[in-house]
Amino acid sequence: MPLPRSRQPHGFLTMVDVAIKSTDGHPLVFLPRHDGYADEHLRRILRGVKTFAMVGASTQWRRPSFYAMKYLTKKGYRVIPINPGRAGETILGETVYGSLAEVPDKLDMVDIFRTSEEALDITRDVIANKDEKGIEVLWMQLTVRNDHAAKLAEEAGLTVVMNRCPKIEFARLSGELSWSGINSRIVSAKRARPLNA
Amino acid sequence: MNEMQPLKAEAAEAAIQREYGIETIAVHAGARPDPVTGARSTPIYQTTSYAFDDADHAAELFNLQTFGYIYSRITNPTVAVLEERVAALENGRGAVAASTGHAAQFLVGATLLESGDEFISSNNLYGGSVTQFGLSFKKLGWHCHFVDMTEPENVEKAMTDKVKFIFCEGLANPGGIVLDLEALAEVAKRHGVPLIVDNTMASPYLCRPFDHGADLVVHSTTKFIGGHGNTMGGMVVESGRFDWWQNDKFPSMTKPDPAYHGLTFAETFGDFGFTMKMRAVALRDYGPCMAAQAAWNLLQGVETLPLRMERHCSNSLAVARYLEDHPKVSWVSYAGLESNPFYALAQKYLPRGAGAVFTFGLKGGYEAGLKVVDKVNMFSHLANIGDTRSLIIHPASTTHRQLTDEQKTNAGAGPDVVRLSVGIESIDDIIGDLDQALDQI
Repeated sequence: MPLPRSRQPHGFLTMVDVAIKSTDGHPLVFLPRHDGYADEHLRRILRGVKTFAMVGASTQWRRPSFYAMKYLTKKGYRVIPINPGRAGETILGETVYGSLAEVPDKLDMVDIFRTSEEALDITRDVIANKDEKGIEVLWMQLTVRNDHAAKLAEEAGLTVVMNRCPKIEFARLSGELSWSGINSRIVSAKRARPLNA
Repeated sequence: MNEMQPLKAEAAEAAIQREYGIETIAVHAGARPDPVTGARSTPIYQTTSYAFDDADHAAELFNLQTFGYIYSRITNPTVAVLEERVAALENGRGAVAASTGHAAQFLVGATLLESGDEFISSNNLYGGSVTQFGLSFKKLGWHCHFVDMTEPENVEKAMTDKVKFIFCEGLANPGGIVLDLEALAEVAKRHGVPLIVDNTMASPYLCRPFDHGADLVVHSTTKFIGGHGNTMGGMVVESGRFDWWQNDKFPSMTKPDPAYHGLTFAETFGDFGFTMKMRAVALRDYGPCMAAQAAWNLLQGVETLPLRMERHCSNSLAVARYLEDHPKVSWVSYAGLESNPFYALAQKYLPRGAGAVFTFGLKGGYEAGLKVVDKVNMFSHLANIGDTRSLIIHPASTTHRQLTDEQKTNAGAGPDVVRLSVGIESIDDIIGDLDQALDQI
């Protein structure tokens, strides 16, 4: 049985998918500016962020969220896992919290590793915790896009990235994604350097 | 987070990423200065293997959890530059290089087909591909339906539940036939299978099949991409836009892979899942990798692809016009000629030129064909295309010799047919050489 559409990569998300997922009883919202992001915009975000929460982090090492958390941890980020079903356990040495409000630390960013539908409620929670935690960036994973949520977050002063994976973007902008023959779309006569070096 | 302040309320600006022109991509894509030495030309990484930092790093690499090099059968830094270059030229998401174009086609089959599966291929195909698909693939239980794709409804008629992809050459070898890629993409989309285009003859400078709805592109980089007739190579490029989840036809993409602890490639790698799967399984297990030296040679060639293609095309049009008026020539099959039945399709899909490979017929038939390839002086008589040098061959007695008479005719390689691959030499010398050879038959 195929996985639900919201787990599918960004190339497959159509305007219709996005619109349906974004309504939730509200007027249709579609933000074309979130179809793509300038490299420099993503570079500044990934350089600025030091600590972030991953909502939907998995304790299972085979899951993509575990891969992403491990990779980004090795690159120097502190990743704090949020997973209500696993609260109190640890992933890669970090305590798992049941909600954002329970996290005792400051957070620069929240990365949503849940479906596009769930992203709306999670975004409301991010907005509610924004000032106390110091959250500046709301990032939705590859395949996750909810333009209604993005609109609310931007109105609350958050910078929003949707339908991208921070691991893939970090690797792309650092030159590592190119090692597998993936098109980074980068043209530069400067040496590639790790983003946060 | 103090670096982030300038981002606020700049969302519109944040969305704009510069798109580079194809001439820039041909020179730069994938090739930044070497991160350690700053070497500006891409180094030849002549090594089989790469040292791991520690046991955990090795485990992560083998589990595909982090990016990095293990063994040059799977990835190599010099080869990776060429892969990214071609992926970028095609406006694709990622690419995997192979030792030859034939190996690239095999890797596609090995990734998408199980024994007992089927695919539909155009019958206007390079003769070597006809034998690979029709005979050698058959031994693996991969069944190919050959159809005439100049009528796209023939694909519809040949469709079965077991068909996993549709394959064609957009601009067909050996000559003059241009397929309606958008019509074929419609059929593929309707049946939930990828359209795979062999773009060797056009090169991404003349046609980018992804812009017309294709899902995968294959190349023999031996031809125009390398362009100098000195190095074998192949490439498979993924558009990143095919939805592997839309049906249950692609278990290799959407089911947990036992070779990787239950990793599901289309889930974990998203829009470059096919590239990762083909590399990590088909290329790893069958092994037809490109050598670093080969990749480097091809990189020297690909930088001038746009310049060469312009000259190839202008020379070819001049040669085709010359031949069309020659009394010993019965017909010329070049899609850049107004008289050609595929002229309108060529204008749509190949607006910069109809390529450099085409055929013409001699009134003197088989014997005249053999004679003209003997009498040319500057044209090289050999079985390749896409070289800087002008090339000539009589397909019925060489490249297409193994085919039946009917297959030869279907492939545009009948007894009177001569195939040219027009080079980038002075046009007067190219036409002069043909002229003196035709005088002698």
